[in-house]
Amino acid sequence: MSRARESSRAPGAPEAPKVIGGKLPRIDGPLKVSGRAVYTSDVSLDGMLYAVPVPSTIASGRIVSIDAAAARKLAGVRAVYYRGNLRPFFRSAPPQGFSGLIDEKRPPFEDDVVRYYGQYVAVAVAQTMEQAKAAADAVRVRYAADAHNVEPHLATEKPFRTESERGNADAAFQSAPVKIDQTYVTPTEVHNPIELHATVAAWEGDRVTLYETSQAIMNHREVLYQMLGVPKENVRVVSHFLGSGFGGKLWPWTHSILAAGVAREVGAPVKLVVSRQSMFQTVGHRPRTQQRFRIGAGHDGKLLSLHHEYLNQTSILDDYGEDCGEATPFMYSVPNVRVISALAHRNIGTPTAMRGPGAVPGLFAMESAMDELAIALNIDPIELRRRNEPQQDESSKLPFSSRHLVECMQVGAEKFGWARRDARVGAMKRDGLTIGWGMAACSWGAMRSDAQASVEIARDGTVTVTTATQDVGTGTYTVLALVAAEATGISLDKIDVRLGDTSLPPGPISGGSWVTASVIPAVSNAARVAVRSLLTMSTTGPNAPFAGAKFEDLQFANGRVSRKRDPSTGVPIGEVLARANARAAVGDGQSSTTLGGEESKKYSLHSYGAQFAEVSWQPETARLRVSRFVSVIDAGRMLNPKPARNQIEGAVVMGIGMALFEEARYDKRYGAPINSNLADYIVSTNADAPPIDVTFLDHPDPVLNEFGARGVGEIGLAGTAAAITAAVYHATGVRVRELPVRIEDLLRG
Amino acid sequence: MERFQYTRARTVPEAIGIAAQSTTAQQSAPIRFVAGGTTLVDLMKLDVERPTRLVDINHLGLNAIERTADGGLKVGALVRNSALAQDPAVMRDYRVLSEALLSGASAQLRNVATTSGNLLQRTRCMYFRNTAMACNKREPGSGCSAIGGENRTLAILGTSSQCIATNPSDMNVALAALEATVHLQGTKGTRAIAFQDFHLLPGDTPNRETVLEPGDLVTHVTLPPPRSGTTSRYLKLRDRASYEFALASAAVVVEVAGGRFRYVRLAMGGIGTKPWRMTAAEQALTGAPVDEATIRQAATLALRDARPQSQNGFKVELATRCLAHALRLATGMASV
Repeated sequence: MSRARESSRAPGAPEAPKVIGGKLPRIDGPLKVSGRAVYTSDVSLDGMLYAVPVPSTIASGRIVSIDAAAARKLAGVRAVYYRGNLRPFFRSAPPQGFSGLIDEKRPPFEDDVVRYYGQYVAVAVAQTMEQAKAAADAVRVRYAADAHNVEPHLATEKPFRTESERGNADAAFQSAPVKIDQTYVTPTEVHNPIELHATVAAWEGDRVTLYETSQAIMNHREVLYQMLGVPKENVRVVSHFLGSGFGGKLWPWTHSILAAGVAREVGAPVKLVVSRQSMFQTVGHRPRTQQRFRIGAGHDGKLLSLHHEYLNQTSILDDYGEDCGEATPFMYSVPNVRVISALAHRNIGTPTAMRGPGAVPGLFAMESAMDELAIALNIDPIELRRRNEPQQDESSKLPFSSRHLVECMQVGAEKFGWARRDARVGAMKRDGLTIGWGMAACSWGAMRSDAQASVEIARDGTVTVTTATQDVGTGTYTVLALVAAEATGISLDKIDVRLGDTSLPPGPISGGSWVTASVIPAVSNAARVAVRSLLTMSTTGPNAPFAGAKFEDLQFANGRVSRKRDPSTGVPIGEVLARANARAAVGDGQSSTTLGGEESKKYSLHSYGAQFAEVSWQPETARLRVSRFVSVIDAGRMLNPKPARNQIEGAVVMGIGMALFEEARYDKRYGAPINSNLADYIVSTNADAPPIDVTFLDHPDPVLNEFGARGVGEIGLAGTAAAITAAVYHATGVRVRELPVRIEDLLRG
Repeated sequence: MERFQYTRARTVPEAIGIAAQSTTAQQSAPIRFVAGGTTLVDLMKLDVERPTRLVDINHLGLNAIERTADGGLKVGALVRNSALAQDPAVMRDYRVLSEALLSGASAQLRNVATTSGNLLQRTRCMYFRNTAMACNKREPGSGCSAIGGENRTLAILGTSSQCIATNPSDMNVALAALEATVHLQGTKGTRAIAFQDFHLLPGDTPNRETVLEPGDLVTHVTLPPPRSGTTSRYLKLRDRASYEFALASAAVVVEVAGGRFRYVRLAMGGIGTKPWRMTAAEQALTGAPVDEATIRQAATLALRDARPQSQNGFKVELATRCLAHALRLATGMASV
């Protein structure tokens, strides 16, 4: 089940693909398109029961009573649990680095207080999902409601916290010849991966296996063993395939703990699939942000001061900070910077990381302000950014490991045809429509996290790569197969990659666009160690084929060990291993995090990009569509450009949704996210996706790993909304600073 | 979702006989016909509808598109939306209907959704679909959460103090402009209902949406013969490009002669509690010159009675522009 690939090659797959830098289809593609990939909610175990939680219908208050008598009488119902009849859960200890992370820290049923609409207050367990749903609906909960607060306007509760500061941003702003001072708002956005969150929990004695929709299985185990109060080694977390997560599946949520708890209590495996409606309430979201951005500049466009003051909504339960100012200190050359932040607590579920957390809303504000500055100065927005290109990271005073932002903008301008731009509002027409053009720069941090991997080369010449990371759908299985193929010289069709199981060597989270950079050195090292172990077996031992030879003089190529100077001496791998009486040649490899590591003390590590958007505008009907998009990305060397391009295209489509459609709306009276379904929460459809031209500069970044690769999962979303709202302004004359752009706004144009 | 009994009806009289035992043919009917099921099954899953018995009418025939004796068109109740949209006679003679159908839902839904089901499509008001919140349409007397709530997509015409829910159908708007007739068969025989009389205003009984009584089965819809020289168009405005209900839509059927409007039928969607005929604007346009000023004036007149809510004031302007632009498209004054 953990095999990401079918035994036979997919029809049409290349016989001998160019390994690194080729355009390899996903090796897990045939399983997925044929429906044979087993996702978490597909897991079915003998005697399995179904759990359906009961969500609260108030946003603040206390539970007075829970009456489950009617629910328990329904057909197939095995149990109804709530605070008092379910073994309590523990809180997990604070995280260490990227281990032990959880955003909603309160275990379910910890107290009788309701702090957000949809909080789980009970859970029904039955023989079928339908029976469990009927039982959950039949549970009668009485509440003593308190006043709740879901107010969208954000005000500080405590003094702002300083995130970054240099020079005197206030004084420089006051004396600057040209000033921009605007507030930008991004709404609550919900991840809405197509795959619903789900957990299947199965206990054997005091050991539990959790099949999870998790982007971070190692972390999941770290949190869950503590919350369940069992030894760490008793928890196994499995996540073989994910229907994406966009960050929403990074850290454990309450349903997972509940599923594990009720499975223990009821004595049978339990499946719990979160409803789409609950996914707007209990599994995180990108919080609403409100960002005042001040720029002081000279008439020549040289930046004098940046002042980024932002707030984000968080829950009553947890302090979740959206790091909107992440890119502000290093993006441009400017002597005076002040970045400050604050939280505004609301009766909503706890927020979490969503694709490009911090930088995505933050760059919407900064890049919108830069566009407004370019207009105020009457300077081309590309030229404005070029004039402020820094020579080093002025925040950390470190050199950039690799930064090609100016080239991104140049290449993008050429591909887009930017030279033909008429900057006057509404001046460009095509086919009876008004055309608007806009651009924005973007960045996203590059990082490597700790990772371990093992590689085994078996007698039959097949290779098995194992590491406890997971493929969120982005192509991790494929890229690791590529790396193993490159390092062993064994063809791709003989390489099996096994991921998504905590019983494998610890791997990284699928977040932060780190997986590729983090795990490929570990796999590459492991593969080299495995090859060396094979060569060692060729030279030592009584039956060694090259007894007495130095392993340095041997090579492993085309499945045979031979002397380097005489390839005709080749001995097949199977024979080498048989003579050594070894099942396989094995190697372990690891890579270490850049967090606090040498590289991060020496270099500023980021990816960059430039986004160019064209909108078409029908003024009579206020109809606006994104009609063309060009994205140029500097994310190091592309190991497999095909899925990488797919990541950028998907992010642009998501960015169109961020710019024009997406917003979770809270009903102030109920405190509920009211448009909690995919008909009323509007995301981009295929018809909204324009032609998208993606270019990777492909300059290797030698600092992160030997391949020079950084990740591409998030950067495509950064800057995209700002490029679109700049284009909207160009077409319509309406500057939208509060996303999403709505027809209401455009009717003013 | 409640348990229910499923019956596959073999004949129209059998279906009618079973349904006639229902206490109502409106919201909360204990006995429901099911055809495509694209609205009903959703609402059952949400516990908004809790029928104890479903009568499957998919095997009753009623799926033909035929010429009527007077040269009009007879559309069976079970003709699927995609089949109706792509019918050559519809595409040729009733373009507005084809365009309206194709602008609705998705290809998958249109392949199963039926003519009568679309006719009876329920509102997308978020409070109607959420049983934890008050809604007079779902539970008479419980109150209207939409008034003072999230009402951006809701109605500005035909509302009452009890309900502001929008009729979401695109097809209905075209049928209103085409002056279709809805044909019913019930326990007392057959009836023909003029389209504009089929749907009811919410008033104090928003749970009653149509004239249907227990046992009434929509058997077909007829369209009057196409008028030679007319052009018809459907324009739908919404946030995204596809798969979304209208914020405002307009169905226009016009005949122009000598630079003047000779025949005008207008209906709008996304803004009314029922498919909305714009009769005042029709009268204002008939005989008037085809020019920008006339069109704008008529469109403004059409929305004269609009009563917006807290969040949907923009719909008055949007609907005005929508109707004006649909008229431009139909008269060749605009092409996009």
